[in-house]
Amino acid sequence: MSEEVIKAEGLTKIFNKSLVAVDHVNFSVKSGEIFGFLGPNGAGKTTTINMLTTVLKPTEGFAYVLGYDIVKQANNVRKVIGVVPQEYTADEDLTGYENVMLCADLYGIPRDIAKKRALELMELVELTQFKDKRVETYSGGMRRRLELACGLINRPKVLFLDEPTLGLDVQTRAATWSYIRKLKEEYGMTLFMTTHYLEEADILCDRIAIIDHGKIVAIGAPDELKDSLGGDIITISIKENADISELIRSVEHVKDVKNENGSYRIKVESGEVTAPLIIEALRKKGYTVIKLSLTEPTLNEVYLEYTGRAIRDIEESKEAVRMQRIAIRRARAE
Amino acid sequence: MSKVNEYNPSMLRGLWALTVRELKKWLKDPVMVLMLVLQPLIWMGLLGKSININAIFSSKSLVNLEIPDIQVPGSLLNPPVNGVLIIPGAFITQQLQQMFSTIGTKVMQDTFGVIDYFSYMAIGMVSMIVMTTTMFTGMSIVWDRRLGFLDKVLSTPVPRGAIIFAKVLNATLRAIFQATVILALAYLLGLQLSSNFTLLNLLGVYAAIFLLGIGLSSVFIAFSLRSTRMERPMQIISLITMPLMFASNTFFPISLMPYWIQVVAKVNPLTYLTDAVRQLTIMPLDLSTLMFDFICLGIFASILATIGIMLSWRYLTK
Repeated sequence: MSEEVIKAEGLTKIFNKSLVAVDHVNFSVKSGEIFGFLGPNGAGKTTTINMLTTVLKPTEGFAYVLGYDIVKQANNVRKVIGVVPQEYTADEDLTGYENVMLCADLYGIPRDIAKKRALELMELVELTQFKDKRVETYSGGMRRRLELACGLINRPKVLFLDEPTLGLDVQTRAATWSYIRKLKEEYGMTLFMTTHYLEEADILCDRIAIIDHGKIVAIGAPDELKDSLGGDIITISIKENADISELIRSVEHVKDVKNENGSYRIKVESGEVTAPLIIEALRKKGYTVIKLSLTEPTLNEVYLEYTGRAIRDIEESKEAVRMQRIAIRRARAE
Repeated sequence: MSKVNEYNPSMLRGLWALTVRELKKWLKDPVMVLMLVLQPLIWMGLLGKSININAIFSSKSLVNLEIPDIQVPGSLLNPPVNGVLIIPGAFITQQLQQMFSTIGTKVMQDTFGVIDYFSYMAIGMVSMIVMTTTMFTGMSIVWDRRLGFLDKVLSTPVPRGAIIFAKVLNATLRAIFQATVILALAYLLGLQLSSNFTLLNLLGVYAAIFLLGIGLSSVFIAFSLRSTRMERPMQIISLITMPLMFASNTFFPISLMPYWIQVVAKVNPLTYLTDAVRQLTIMPLDLSTLMFDFICLGIFASILATIGIMLSWRYLTK
């Protein structure tokens, strides 16, 4: 099944006539897949979600959700989508159950059906025993689950998750992933999520789009993206003091060799196939291999390749990100 | 393509849900309710009681008056008599005090419309609380925006109007509640209701508050929607509260104010709310004045609400 559930064509958002948050992005999301938007903070992920969920109007371009135009048929879009925002939006002063029921009211779901669904969803996200407790007593993980329950009250066909595990600890993050998978299976939805965690995109998403400075720089399944880098990397060192670059290059399947101070970084299609060939070739010439390691490219390398920055560098420039966020918020307020 | 969800949120349902949310939040925070009542209570209790204008115009202000005995030559009297007539000073003082009391009451009546200043200004405090409550409540939308709640609501099919009207309604209902508390407290502190006051008048009071509440809260919601920071609307509120209060009939009748303040007071909606509530509670009801007040309040409400709701609408649907 490859029905296009979300389709964006040249989608653009410019704040204040100068701040380009999203720059002519094109992508489509297929039915039943988990599609991830991966990028650093301030790359335009949330702005894209806000446009797709009809909160913001695009400056240029079009997007369709289940065939509905996000501007002209915004109300139809709103009925078929669920949104789990980045922030904890549940009302602290109300109980978990009251919050879910409030969401039901906003969708106009009849009270009796809403009650049944709310209890069912609380059960699903394992909050049944806390349902009559005020949200201010909830932990971060519980709040995230409550947001999930709220986002599902209208049985959406497409669920939007904006940074679903932002600020959660490792265990809670893993638990949240399993909830997301469970929910997807239970309701057969299509999921659109944003994240700046590489691991999350790798584990959870069927396909990802890497977004940087408002532009999509790469799109595909995580493995495809990794493969596009050209396979595995073998690192090898020999006992003898000799340049073996040419010798290695002559081995079958070897794509590239780099001598990094006596340690050779070899790009190959498949490490398992090529490593024995290289060892064999070296042995024949009388060289002794003293160290060999094989690494598969991670999404981090993909990221580096396309954005020119490791995700770590981005984390370090938090201040810059914060400033950009403030700029966007200000711009939105005008 | 898949069929659209079968449910359609109605305006009323959304409005009700969003209003109940706010009212629930409010009731779960009684300290805030108390704080809002406390301010006008302090004004009313301290200012209303300490600035004892009644006392100035009563015999009390002549208590220390000492008039010496007056000797009137008998020849001046009609018919003339021999000797001298002595009028005791104490007698004159007593007479003057009595007269002054009568005149004072008349002055109070003519100036304030009632003989009791406390009653006069207590009703002014009702207006004050309506103003502050509606303004501050409008600001809660800043929080909704900052916490992401507004974006979440905007992504649901709830009518955009319901989002704004829920805020307006919530602000107005709170104002009505607070005003009732202030009226009740004022009554306990000695507010003198007019003889023709009935529960029906109370409904009139609520109608007047409702009109101004809708107007003021709409404007403040629109204004708050456009400011990202809480401080800005706060500053504006504290800046305009005082002038609005003093350039109106909250504390003093505008007819005795300098001309330029009168001009401001006459375009100040607070003036008409205060007057309408006074007409309905402490003054002998003058129907034509009351009608005029209501017409003015209606005009203010429609202008302010139109501006406010249009601005908010534009913001929410941009």
